[in-house]
Amino acid sequence: MAIASVAHTGPAAPPPAPAGRSRSLTPYLLLLPGIAWLTIFFVVPIVTLFGTSLQVPAEGGETGVFVQAFRFANYVDAVTEYWAQFSRSFVYAGIATVLALAIGYPLAYMIAFKAGKLRNLLLVLVVAPFFASFILRTIAWRQILADEGFVVSSLKWLHVIPQTATVTASAVAVVAGITYNFLPFMTLPLYASLERIDPRLLEAGSDLYGNGFTVFRKVTFPLSLPGVVAGTLLTFIPAAGDYVNAALLGRQPGTAMIGNVVESRFFRIVDYPTAASLSFVLMAAILVLVFLYIRKAGTEELV
Amino acid sequence: MTTTVTTPGGTAGPRAARPAPSAPALLRARRWLGRNALRIYGALAFAYLFTPIAYITVFSFNDGGRSNLVWRGFTLKNWANPCGAPEVCSAVGNSLKIGITATFIATVLGTMVAFALGRHRFRGRTATNLVLFLPMATPEVVLAASLLTLFLQLAPIGIQLGVTTIVIAHVMFCLSFVVVTVKARIAGLDPRLEQAAADLYATEWQAFRRITLPLVAPGIAGGALLAFSLSFDDFIITNFVSGNVNTFPKFVYVSAQRGIPAQAYVIGAFMFFLALTIVLVADIVRRRRAPK
Repeated sequence: MAIASVAHTGPAAPPPAPAGRSRSLTPYLLLLPGIAWLTIFFVVPIVTLFGTSLQVPAEGGETGVFVQAFRFANYVDAVTEYWAQFSRSFVYAGIATVLALAIGYPLAYMIAFKAGKLRNLLLVLVVAPFFASFILRTIAWRQILADEGFVVSSLKWLHVIPQTATVTASAVAVVAGITYNFLPFMTLPLYASLERIDPRLLEAGSDLYGNGFTVFRKVTFPLSLPGVVAGTLLTFIPAAGDYVNAALLGRQPGTAMIGNVVESRFFRIVDYPTAASLSFVLMAAILVLVFLYIRKAGTEELV
Repeated sequence: MTTTVTTPGGTAGPRAARPAPSAPALLRARRWLGRNALRIYGALAFAYLFTPIAYITVFSFNDGGRSNLVWRGFTLKNWANPCGAPEVCSAVGNSLKIGITATFIATVLGTMVAFALGRHRFRGRTATNLVLFLPMATPEVVLAASLLTLFLQLAPIGIQLGVTTIVIAHVMFCLSFVVVTVKARIAGLDPRLEQAAADLYATEWQAFRRITLPLVAPGIAGGALLAFSLSFDDFIITNFVSGNVNTFPKFVYVSAQRGIPAQAYVIGAFMFFLALTIVLVADIVRRRRAPK
């Protein structure tokens, strides 16, 4: 719904405003409270985050007391020390995004083209899991994927996985959890872009080529690319910053992601500058990746 | 539509195998599979999506004591007394209070912004869109960390982490989602309806009250529902800015170490079925009202 519409709220569609209103104060008055809220509680915090990231411990050596400085070396220290968690975050998020795309694409395709009257119902069902608490669902997966549980023992009995394999507290469990939790973010934009494809194009395609796979490769898939881009970003961004899956399904420090480090630096170790520089680097890295990805994928329809 | 489109999930039956009167059962089964592969896949995908929900629902009926890890028998007592476990209901109460307040503020402010974007021309549109888009494109943990650094710096002037800071944070991240939802609804409106109202001598305000607002209302309701579910379910940002205040997701996360009481599963299952009912009933009502 909203997530899907993120994908296709076009680039600032020119509003059909009557010319007389164009110079009025009304739009500014309408914008003021909302934009002020975002400025004070989103833009300003990003600035204080940056400020905090350059702080140094106070002279007295007391824990949790820092003074403002401009120590850019904080960034070097933080990134060098937590390079493993950074790369792990991006690798886990990347694998989970690819898996979600592989699972979500056929699902979105099925809903868009084969569901008939059930379309709306199925769409509701895709988002429905969100209503049962995110944390509870993750805990449920921990129990379902437990080594002594039904799923893992069946897979071992069928020799799909080796007898010695452990899933509990492994990277596999973390990636599985991330994939599951963000799958609807992938499926909805995919559906939104597939649903808009004119079926006559597909018919024309099959009239010209005949082969179903060629039609898919040359017509359907290219037309669904905006959905692929939007879905990939909507999955990858929250996945890279997530720490709940790594905390509940993985083991520390073996599967710790960057979010886990930020969390523990803030609350357990009380090292605000490191936590702030790590957050800032994460944000910058994601923005750069998003920018490159959008340029490469060539879709302008995102913002 | 008679196209035979194959997808990554589908294995279309071999074309050569046209239906012959005495096609062997195996071949017929294969063709059936080929035609329905995508539907079967869909059924499996939904089974996957609902596996944890099924687990939560089943274990909400477990007579499992405090940790609720192994099945110990069916009971209704968790549902009869969801407040039976300490802290569950106070955490849910906090979540409801925060969710309702944040939803109200975010919906009002977001709707105003959506109208400005959808119905007016003004300078600074690009900057506005950017400020709305960025919170959605920023990982939660970064939003959480940055808000925490702001609140920490404001601590000397008496800002304490608690319900207020949680509400502030929730409004911040819900706002953009409300704007997007309401704006989509406004963009779908037929501008001629408002022109018709103006032709009938309605003032601008009357046209807004009687025509525009009722037509946009479903979008506003959708935005509010979305904001509430985002707020009620939020853990990462809440965890950073909540201080000692407990919310439902925070309660579940913290209890995960020592075992989550079955009553928490009751709340999870209840919220799920309640939301599903609301959405389905709204859909049925909408269809009944829609012109045949």
